[in-house]
Amino acid sequence: MFDTLSTMLRTGILTEPAPVSTEAPVVIETLQKDLRNILGRALCLRHVDAGSCNGCELEIQALNNPYYNLEGVGVKFVASPRHADLLLVTGPVSVNMEEALRRTYDAMPDPKIVMAVGDCGACGGIFGTSYASRGRVANIVPVNHTVSGCPPEPTALLRGILQIVRSKFSDS
Amino acid sequence: MHMSFDFPAQATRQLPSNLACRCVKVDAASWRRAAEELSASGGRFLTLWGADDRGRDGRFRIYAAYLLPQDVLVLEHDPGDVANPTYPSLASQFPSALRMERAIYDLLGVASTEPDNRGWLRHGGWPETVFPLRRDVDGTQQYPVVSEAYPFLQVEGDGVHEIAVGPVHAGIIEPGNFRFSVVGEKVLRLEERLGYTHKGIAKRFEEMRQHDGYRLAARLSGDSAAAFSWAYCAALEAIAGTVCPPRATNLRALALEHERLANHLGDLGALGNDAGFAFGLTQFSRLKEDLLRTNVAAFGARYLMDYILPGGVALDLPEHASRALLDQYLTLERDVKNLRSIYDEHGGLQDRFREAGRLEKDLAAKLGAIGLVGRASDVCCDLRVDHPWAPYDRLKATLVTQTSGDVAARVQVRFGEIGESLQLCRMLLEDVSSGPIRTEVPLAEPDRLGVGLIEGWRGPVMIALETGPDGAIRRCHAHDSSWQNWPLLEYAVLGNIVPDFPLINKSFNLSYSGHDG
Ligand code: SF4
Repeated sequence: MFDTLSTMLRTGILTEPAPVSTEAPVVIETLQKDLRNILGRALCLRHVDAGSCNGCELEIQALNNPYYNLEGVGVKFVASPRHADLLLVTGPVSVNMEEALRRTYDAMPDPKIVMAVGDCGACGGIFGTSYASRGRVANIVPVNHTVSGCPPEPTALLRGILQIVRSKFSDS
Repeated sequence: MHMSFDFPAQATRQLPSNLACRCVKVDAASWRRAAEELSASGGRFLTLWGADDRGRDGRFRIYAAYLLPQDVLVLEHDPGDVANPTYPSLASQFPSALRMERAIYDLLGVASTEPDNRGWLRHGGWPETVFPLRRDVDGTQQYPVVSEAYPFLQVEGDGVHEIAVGPVHAGIIEPGNFRFSVVGEKVLRLEERLGYTHKGIAKRFEEMRQHDGYRLAARLSGDSAAAFSWAYCAALEAIAGTVCPPRATNLRALALEHERLANHLGDLGALGNDAGFAFGLTQFSRLKEDLLRTNVAAFGARYLMDYILPGGVALDLPEHASRALLDQYLTLERDVKNLRSIYDEHGGLQDRFREAGRLEKDLAAKLGAIGLVGRASDVCCDLRVDHPWAPYDRLKATLVTQTSGDVAARVQVRFGEIGESLQLCRMLLEDVSSGPIRTEVPLAEPDRLGVGLIEGWRGPVMIALETGPDGAIRRCHAHDSSWQNWPLLEYAVLGNIVPDFPLINKSFNLSYSGHDG
């Protein structure tokens, strides 16, 4: 117990200011402010891997590490699409995930905001379209915003979420 | 281990590879007999794949690769009658072959003698009569999805019920389907269904140029980008007769070890979290993030998608980055040591880790456990140690194993391997000789088969590359060790309670995308 506590103390709070990236803390602060002003509550995200290579997942997971601390600013990942304001979809949509993606989308409450993550989600990426891949997410469900990159860095994902909050939720 | 029969010399040829590798043409009887003898003598089954050579010499081909103590043995077999090609199943000797055989049928229409004919990669996304890896099939043609029922095996009995999970999971993870048969909380049976992320990678390779294929290889499984792109380059360079400059070889190994470190750090955090110790996740995800940020300075990106490329690496390591790395290794070593003792002494955590998801050594060996999961059940195998390629032939890596085969053992192997990786990284930096980081790779001759085999953080990854004319790729088979270890998860979870499944699954942390292709 002592070791645990002393490690916590020594580690301190990392969220601000982040030691290397100078951009991340600014985006995080703005996001927190905008969430409070525009949405007035937490933003709930649901993620669906529609055929990704898992690279994008790793960067989405990184958003919850203490540097980005997404949950700390009021953005949380939820276990059901029924609770989600925003759906993050990664990967080119594999034909084997097409139906599951559609169902997830259908299960979301309005206004069903979707962000396609990564080059694959944005345009099909290196996999393109084929007998096994439907390519970009927008070929299967309506997409409001894309964040490219392979995989996109956490700061790019943060900026994407910020933009969505500003443009899609400001009048809802 | 010794095979009691030798293959005729005229049927044997050496294959270009980063390891010693030979290929032997065998008939059905020798194919079967080799499997029996190899299985009896402890040979490791690596992978199985097929190719459509009807346009070249009027036949299909099936290949099986085995790891022997001295080399890699690839058996090549002609499955006969092109209207109805069939080959003897390897599943009774090597159970993990079963799903590979089902996958080969889905893609190529070449059947094994195994009766389980449920689609594995084909879920109804293309017609049963279309075999996309055949050369006369247009891979860009799209078909409407026709949902097909998948008959999971039913367990019957008093109080038995089923829990279906997936394919979409409640977390930021890859998709797959798990069907549990349970009594109360106890798992009687688990059946996996995978293939959801199949995106036609093998066919896609055939549209790419030899010199570009490394980019696709890196994206087979994004967490193993260095391993797969290195395996691809190793195969291509061996075929082309290129020797990578020593500095580039060292930097490749450095990248591979960083990939191992990042994944092990991430897993240790997630394992703590899944056992209710969020502190572990916070600490390890911080260390992982630090490492990823260093990757930007050292390799140009957080994830090493395009770093290892034909002939060498994309970026040189600046002197100051190298010094910063050494400093970081010290901090990392200290912090991980501290966290290890916290994990080891945390009663609640150890209570969840110990005995959970136990895979006994005998069963693990019999089922063909490989890589990290194998090492946690005392199945001693690590290509860096037993089949070292450059620069590991110089480094003399130490094998990390555990005997208990439970979640605790898989945690300990990760801790041990972090220490070992840090040692290797230091050695690599110490003698990272100056000189070029890349050399020209000439266009390889057509119709040559080469093999690249690299020990990634999960286990061995393999690329079997066959060249086409004028820099084209004729066929490229990619294999992730998850193919071997997924079926073992079904055994490891037996008798455990359902709420422990996420923890046990995480301790395996197998790849979906690398498996589904
Ligand atoms: S964008 Fe890149 S990292 Fe993301 S799924 Fe596609 S290949 Fe993987």
